[in-house]
Amino acid sequence: MNNKNILLEVRNLSAEVAGIEILKGINLVVKVGEVHALMGPNGSGKSTFAKVLAGHIDYTVTGGEVLYQGKNLLEMAPEERSRAGVFLAFQYPIEIPGVSNSAFLRLAYNTLQAARGREELDPLEFDDFIREKIKLVEMDPSFLDRSVNQGFSGGEKKRNEIVQMAVLEPKLAVLDETDSGLDIDALKVVANGVNHLIRPDNAIILVTHYQRLLNYIVPDYVHVIEGGQIVKTGGKELALELEKRGYDWVRAEFDAARAAA
Amino acid sequence: MSAMLETLVNQPYKHGFVTPIEEDVIPKGLSEGVIRVISKKKNEPEWMLEFRLNAYRHWLTMHEPCWANVRYPKIDFQEIIYYAAPKPKKKLSSMDEVDPELLRTFEKLGVPLHEQKALAGVAVDIVFDSVSVTTTYKKKLAELGIVFCSFSEAVQEHPELVKKYLGSVVPPTDNFFASLNSAVFTDGSFCYIPKGTKCPMDLSTYFRINTQDSGQFERTLIIAEEGASVSYLEGCTAPKFDTNQLHAAVVELIALDNAEIKYSTVQNWYAGDENGVGGIYNFVTKRGLCKGVNSKISWTQVETGSAITWKYPSCVLLGDNSIGEFYSVALTNHMQQADTGTKMTHIGKNTRSRIISKGISAGRANNSYRGQVKIGPRAQNARNYSQCDSMLLGSSCSANTFPYIDVQNNTGKVEHEASTSKIGEDQLFYFAQRGIGAEAAVSMIINGFCKDVFNQLPMEFAVEATKLLGLKLEGSVG
Repeated sequence: MNNKNILLEVRNLSAEVAGIEILKGINLVVKVGEVHALMGPNGSGKSTFAKVLAGHIDYTVTGGEVLYQGKNLLEMAPEERSRAGVFLAFQYPIEIPGVSNSAFLRLAYNTLQAARGREELDPLEFDDFIREKIKLVEMDPSFLDRSVNQGFSGGEKKRNEIVQMAVLEPKLAVLDETDSGLDIDALKVVANGVNHLIRPDNAIILVTHYQRLLNYIVPDYVHVIEGGQIVKTGGKELALELEKRGYDWVRAEFDAARAAA
Repeated sequence: MSAMLETLVNQPYKHGFVTPIEEDVIPKGLSEGVIRVISKKKNEPEWMLEFRLNAYRHWLTMHEPCWANVRYPKIDFQEIIYYAAPKPKKKLSSMDEVDPELLRTFEKLGVPLHEQKALAGVAVDIVFDSVSVTTTYKKKLAELGIVFCSFSEAVQEHPELVKKYLGSVVPPTDNFFASLNSAVFTDGSFCYIPKGTKCPMDLSTYFRINTQDSGQFERTLIIAEEGASVSYLEGCTAPKFDTNQLHAAVVELIALDNAEIKYSTVQNWYAGDENGVGGIYNFVTKRGLCKGVNSKISWTQVETGSAITWKYPSCVLLGDNSIGEFYSVALTNHMQQADTGTKMTHIGKNTRSRIISKGISAGRANNSYRGQVKIGPRAQNARNYSQCDSMLLGSSCSANTFPYIDVQNNTGKVEHEASTSKIGEDQLFYFAQRGIGAEAAVSMIINGFCKDVFNQLPMEFAVEATKLLGLKLEGSVG
């Protein structure tokens, strides 16, 4: 693979929130067509990494760099990152009372279309468009008329995130614990939706605690993040090993290797 | 809260210009003499002067109310100009003779006065400082027996109607500012819809304060006879001055059997600057009387301007089965203060009322909803539903709800719901992550919040109101 296939390059990234350093030198390269799983125990920095990529205001980058399509991602405002194709499926999707889901999706879609110099859709055209998209995650059309995420169950919120992903067709999708709070049927539906959105020209980073999601969305790489660093990288079989053995041994191995070096 | 939200609210006031026009002004101050001068200038009959003088004498015995949740220095009523009118070159017989400077002013405000250019289907009465300048579509309406004219003209042309209804809903002794208005009011709009007539177009009055240190005291009287219906709109702006101006209006609505009046306001008086210097004191008494059976009065207001708003458009539900409604959006920003709401007084049987109030507070503003629902002893099966929602932008503003509920009949049913929400950084981040910038996001959230009220506005007004809220909040995020 040559460099032009590199979608995201994270070099020695560190970041803090409220003065506490969470990320301590992350290195990661993601190429188009790849699915990366980012695993690790609670508090390891997985979600922080996802939010830093999206540009959340509470997180301050203290070192390193992030190149997205060769450009400095950290200089871009959150909405510019989105329009450039970076998508974050939220761990806890936000409720927006009074704003209908369809109006929200349409504004998001049309904003993106305008940014790409493409035609916007009027409400009727958009209605046809969105009704197709929601089939992907078997969502009932009545959800389009409800306020964004308001009164949605945990599973409905996660489906709604995937609908948004389907609408925006991102280049780089970061799914932050999209599997948490889903029962096994909902997990299959959501995973199936994501699988349909994987294309040769985009890439996905799955942030997750558990291996079970990876039974349905098969990763090319599995990274273990611990103490704000990626301490081990492997293929999909690494996830199974983690499931069996937990995370402690990975850290021990990493520290031993560092001591030796 | 973020600098992002703080800056969204910094939109300059675009109606803040002064029209250079020669005005007929009487000196500052208030006395019986001043009232006689006003009455004489308007060539009023003796009973009108008596009405004013009685109100004035009563007012002298009254104290300025201090129960509202607003703070302002004491008003010196001797420092106010009670009459200011653009000098007409001669008596007007057609629009072409209106001072071009005035025409330009209103065109700049987006209110074209030429009928051929006017908003299709809206008749407009224009009040500039103390007098009505012109009324459009008067002739067309007269063919249907509808009277729509300035208040001064009504006193001359329809004295029997004015005499019968003036002060019948808001008596001259009602409250401090209503009494003051009754003593010194200078003009306003009058409309009368005869029996069984549906007014074919929206009627509208546009109020403009131009003179510094002048007060605006207008009076609006709307009568819908049996089976009549009308939709009335009111808009207001004023130039930017660094002094405060007093606006103390009185609006009276009377709906007889089966009549319906819908009254909509978009209030955008100058609000003062971000430090609270200047701006209008908007102390207004608005009340509708559902006098007949099955009558209905509906108030819709979008209050975005004024340094201080003190206003409670109310309904007295006298006729059996009558309906009162109040839909309100009140936006306060910077140092603005609003204490606004409604009173629903149920007297007749099976009367119903509905209150939907949406308060939005930004900057260091203070926004209070104050509402009273009263169900009298004879009001069998009266119903009320109230919903009061507040939204906060930033962390330096405040919102309050003061509901008063008084039920004297055990068949009455009163519901009250209230909520407070805040546009959070997390919501804005969520929008941003979907490519939507902060201003579009806030506008979408606010419009969603106000939807139930905007749906009540006539189409053009709804569009106007949506734009206005957007402008008012522009720059407070971003």
